[in-house]
Amino acid sequence: MSEITRRTTLRVAAGLLAAPALVERVGAQQAFDWKRFKGEKVEASLTANPRSALLLRHQPEFEELTGIKVGAEQIPEQQHRQKFVIEFASGRPSFDVVGISLHVNKRQVGRAKWCTDLRPMIQDATLTAPDFDFGDFGKGAVAYSTQADGRMDTLPEFTDYFILYYNKDLLAAKNIAVPKTFEELYTAAKALTDPSKQQYGFVGRGLRNANVVLWSSFLLGTQQQDTVSPDMKLLTDTPDAVWAGQMYQKLMRDCAPPGSIGFNWNECQTTFMQGRAAFWIDGVGFAAPLEDKARSRVAGKVGYAVVPAGPAHHNCCLFGTGLGISEQSSRKGPAWYYVQWAVNKTNQLRFLTSGAGAPARSSPFRNEEAIKESRFPREFFETLVESARIARPGLPEIVPVTEFRDTIGAALTNMVGGADPAAELKRATEAFRPVLEQSERGT
Amino acid sequence: MGHPAAALPGGAAAAAGAGRRRNYARRYGWFIVPAGVVVLGVILFPWAFTLFMSVHDWKVGGGRLYVGFENYRKLFTDERFLWSVVRTLYFTALAVVLPMLFGTAAALVFNRRFPLRGLARTVFILPMMATPVAVALVWTMMFHPQLGVLNWLLTQVGLPPSMWVYDASTVIPTLVIVEVWHWTPLVMLIVLGGLASLPVDPYEAAKIDGASAWQAFRHITLPLLMPFIVVALIIRTIDALKAFDTIYVITQGGPGTSSETINIFLYLQGFAYYNMGYASAVVVVFFALIVSLAALLLWTRNRVRNA
Repeated sequence: MSEITRRTTLRVAAGLLAAPALVERVGAQQAFDWKRFKGEKVEASLTANPRSALLLRHQPEFEELTGIKVGAEQIPEQQHRQKFVIEFASGRPSFDVVGISLHVNKRQVGRAKWCTDLRPMIQDATLTAPDFDFGDFGKGAVAYSTQADGRMDTLPEFTDYFILYYNKDLLAAKNIAVPKTFEELYTAAKALTDPSKQQYGFVGRGLRNANVVLWSSFLLGTQQQDTVSPDMKLLTDTPDAVWAGQMYQKLMRDCAPPGSIGFNWNECQTTFMQGRAAFWIDGVGFAAPLEDKARSRVAGKVGYAVVPAGPAHHNCCLFGTGLGISEQSSRKGPAWYYVQWAVNKTNQLRFLTSGAGAPARSSPFRNEEAIKESRFPREFFETLVESARIARPGLPEIVPVTEFRDTIGAALTNMVGGADPAAELKRATEAFRPVLEQSERGT
Repeated sequence: MGHPAAALPGGAAAAAGAGRRRNYARRYGWFIVPAGVVVLGVILFPWAFTLFMSVHDWKVGGGRLYVGFENYRKLFTDERFLWSVVRTLYFTALAVVLPMLFGTAAALVFNRRFPLRGLARTVFILPMMATPVAVALVWTMMFHPQLGVLNWLLTQVGLPPSMWVYDASTVIPTLVIVEVWHWTPLVMLIVLGGLASLPVDPYEAAKIDGASAWQAFRHITLPLLMPFIVVALIIRTIDALKAFDTIYVITQGGPGTSSETINIFLYLQGFAYYNMGYASAVVVVFFALIVSLAALLLWTRNRVRNA
């Protein structure tokens, strides 16, 4: 048995005295701390939209909370998509955090592994705030953010559903009920069309590329539902696709204002806001301008409903955005802090109540108090909840999405001009098939 | 004392001259290096790289594969591209001829003295100073078939409304209207500058000989103005061929592909579909087209000058 020497006693005493500091240090490493990356800086590249504007407005909150400085830029959607793709391809992106349109770039980003897998960070208790509550994100939104190989390279930020806007006054004047099926929608829209009064039953996107999502809204209601099969074969000239084309053609030719062939969402919005159209199918983000009394003639008279059902299914188009962290980033920790703050419960509730869009989390929809105080009617929120239940991706998860939209979109504009839907879709499918095949060979 | 070389026989003088040039080049040749580096980096390298990309199948984010002249072969069988060439030529013809006519006529008017001429000239050149994208956005609102001011004006004078850019048959002439509004002042300024520099004597001689105003214009003004008109023509042609911003903002090449010019096609291939190899082949062909047209116009200009 060894003797207790003075030196040993001193060592033990020093150890005991240092223990609380060591324990505290170990604890600090294990517990989450918002100030962990204090003094660092992250660069965020976001698409210019009301949601990014909200994040920028409340950015000082994040900077105060964490001590991390944020350099955030907002770029218009189309230019932003090009910018981040080219920056990623260069191998040295200038940003740490990037907003990604999942319906356009998901597969491209996933295939190239440009963004880091967020799952390890979500599971790391030292990196993720205890109140982050990942389970609060809608299952559909999480699935939309997850790549086919299981990697989750973006955190869902916003989900966009196509809904049916209707002018309550116009429907009431003719005692017409809100349509439950697309056939009913056509009948109602036709009855409400009166060109002599410059009043039209329906308005929707006719511009090439933008119009594909309206056609796919109809297609989602058919037996086949999707535009591409699970084994990546095009399903765009099938009888169901032709039925959707015919529905698109009927509505746009018989019930929409002249010139709709060149309408994107902004022209549709103007037409609907001026009270010139009874029905409009588009994304959820238009409630704010439609209910703006200073700009809209239909404020307070807008009805909201889920899109009508098709002959076989009842689905609505789902689109969405997510926030990802560049694989090349040397500041993944601070970047993750920014991402989890950007989609926290407070910011997601802000999205919903300001009309900036439908949040990816579920909790904002359960916040009765905030919904009551909102300037939007309850019907709007109910429509969002119901849409979330029947949402399905409105565009195929392929790399050449833009080319797909352009090719099919050109066929749709020709249909508005009077061309035969079956012939147009066949021609467009044949034109796009080699592009898809080449893209898949590159996988 | 004469120049030393003057005292030397012919061959020796020439040799001495060549030697001086060599010395001069050796001594001062380094001065062109910075400019040479800039030219190499900014002009030659991008060109060489574009040619290199045009013989590859290269998608942004994907691999690169040498395909020889396959992109060019595909291009000349691509109906969409061939139609975009036709539309470009159609648009260019209209967007050159109309501003030339209106700009020349305006210059003749503004060359005369009349009250508030300075103010009128200033107002006339204002469109040229506006940002093309802002101009395009304003025109887009005016073209709206139901809510635009243009159709309201048409219906006020009893004319039927037009579909403007919202119909395949009227989209290109409508885009030309914007181009004419925007760029006629430039032609006017160039021609007006020419008119200000014309000599007075030929007109006095013509007046003494009893020439009418039309004869003076046809046989004196027009020939003397021709070099200025050709300069305006070259600038307008190159500008019209390059037109992108206005078309992209107003129609994005639509309805369908009915206003898709080479520039829009090129933009989509490069920055929407990320087909960099194919887009580079389009650039090379488009460049050849512009050079051919510019050469034709320069040849015309030389003919006019020598006539």
